[in-house]
Amino acid sequence: MTTTSLTKSRGAGRAGDKVFSGAALAAGCLILAVLFGVALFLVIQAIPAFTAPAEDIQGGKGFFAYIWPIVVGTLIAAIIALVIATPVSIGVALFISHYAPRSLASGLGYVIDLLAAIPSVIYGAWGAAFLAREISPAYDWLADNMGWLPIFQGPASATGKTILTAGIVLSVMVLPIITSLSREIFLQTPKLHEEAALALGATRWEMIKMSVLPFARPGIISAVMLGLGRALGETMAVALVLSSGALTASLIQSGNQTIAAEIALNFPEAGGLKVNTLIAAGLILFVITLGVNMVARWIISRHKEFSGAN
Amino acid sequence: MSKRIDVKDLNVYYGNFLAVEDVSINIEAKSVTAFIGPSGCGKSTFLRTINRMHEVLPGARVEGEVLLDGDNLYGPGVDPVTVRSQIGMVFQRPNPFPTMSIRDNVLAGVKLNNQKISKGEADALVERSLQGANLWNEVKDRLDKPGSGLSGGQQQRLCIARAIAVEPQVILMDEPCSALDPISTLAIEDLINDLKDQYTVVIVTHNMQQAARVSDRTAFFNIAGTGKPGKLIEVGDTHTIFSNPTQKATEDYVSGRFG
Repeated sequence: MTTTSLTKSRGAGRAGDKVFSGAALAAGCLILAVLFGVALFLVIQAIPAFTAPAEDIQGGKGFFAYIWPIVVGTLIAAIIALVIATPVSIGVALFISHYAPRSLASGLGYVIDLLAAIPSVIYGAWGAAFLAREISPAYDWLADNMGWLPIFQGPASATGKTILTAGIVLSVMVLPIITSLSREIFLQTPKLHEEAALALGATRWEMIKMSVLPFARPGIISAVMLGLGRALGETMAVALVLSSGALTASLIQSGNQTIAAEIALNFPEAGGLKVNTLIAAGLILFVITLGVNMVARWIISRHKEFSGAN
Repeated sequence: MSKRIDVKDLNVYYGNFLAVEDVSINIEAKSVTAFIGPSGCGKSTFLRTINRMHEVLPGARVEGEVLLDGDNLYGPGVDPVTVRSQIGMVFQRPNPFPTMSIRDNVLAGVKLNNQKISKGEADALVERSLQGANLWNEVKDRLDKPGSGLSGGQQQRLCIARAIAVEPQVILMDEPCSALDPISTLAIEDLINDLKDQYTVVIVTHNMQQAARVSDRTAFFNIAGTGKPGKLIEVGDTHTIFSNPTQKATEDYVSGRFG
């Protein structure tokens, strides 16, 4: 009697369980399959560029000589963007989560999220038509006064369409990503830890340093990495803003190029080996992004013991 | 190193809701005062007004006076940050900073006050505070390990060490043992007994035996019903409150007839 009632189970509930776990499994497999497919496509299409004789590749010195200046250019643009955007984003996120009165905070958060909804071509047009023109006097000043630093070596670009301008435009584009993720993390700081700091006689800023920032650290790193991913891969804005050219150390002269913009500008007219070269460039970008994410995970896991998860 | 507290006609609000009404109480220096009463009667809320932690919540405010050796904590120009550095607090759930080591947790409050402290002094202070919290022998070999790796009772004693490291005048404890097992509870109670030699201690507890064991004086709070403000019914020597209270409600509560 008891055995029979125990072995019986609710049919409908069981079926729902199976359907849901099947759907979740399928979704998980699908994402892996897509990722694998993209990687496979990139590798297969890129192989001709790696194996081709050096003189057939654009520039005539082989794939490596072709790719490394634009890899460096990509990293420079992305680093400029993060150097500007990270402190501003964290400041804005802290203002929204811990300083602003509640009515102002929600409005401000909404405006920041709107920034993310603007298409990148608009940012590109704004950067090329407005920011570049307005900022070029500042570049002249930098060239005159800070020119002894290689990165500010003159003569400054007259049009202002430089890698620094591109980096500034990128920073505005990654700002909403880093800000909204950081804000969410800051708001999740346990009240318990905030009160522990306050009860010891911490000011608001000290409370943030003692409890909010340590708690949010892994989240901030993830947010910055997501922003970095966007900055590395951004195509349209850079293609429109940057007057590209050979790799130069100076950030205020025209020159430099990023991988994504290089692909976008050259792909329409490309044919034959040139297509393989551009896809190989895409593969390199893929690998860089992967590497960045792995480093970020490693940084987060290094302090696991102190993370508060235990 | 300890001061008395005199509260006069204190009303505590959450927005427009009056949570605690018209409390006047004198808390003696170097003694343990326990607040008892049913859930929601405002004892924790009232406790948090003594170090100005109540106003951390949005919309929360206070009317009336809290005098620390005659100085009004709610007087004009009083900085709540200064108040909190003189009146320490231990919370219901142990809350060491999870990203800090045991040593840094103890020093957290000291570093806040921007005192430059040499390594030798810091070591001495860490040892003294952990000794004071009866935790030194258990953690002296792992001061650089995270505080969150300790057991609940050890974490709570770490929080007490953190509070006494800044040498406060008063220590407030908001149900410090409610998340702990009986052995850890006993350790904290012994500690409270030691602390009153140096500090004024105020403890909120749900556990009447605990109030009877650790406190010199007991205050009974009660609430007339849901939505009504909490009130201080009676305060007196712990022995009197538990054996011969003047109010009927107090007698009913301590004898277990309600609450």
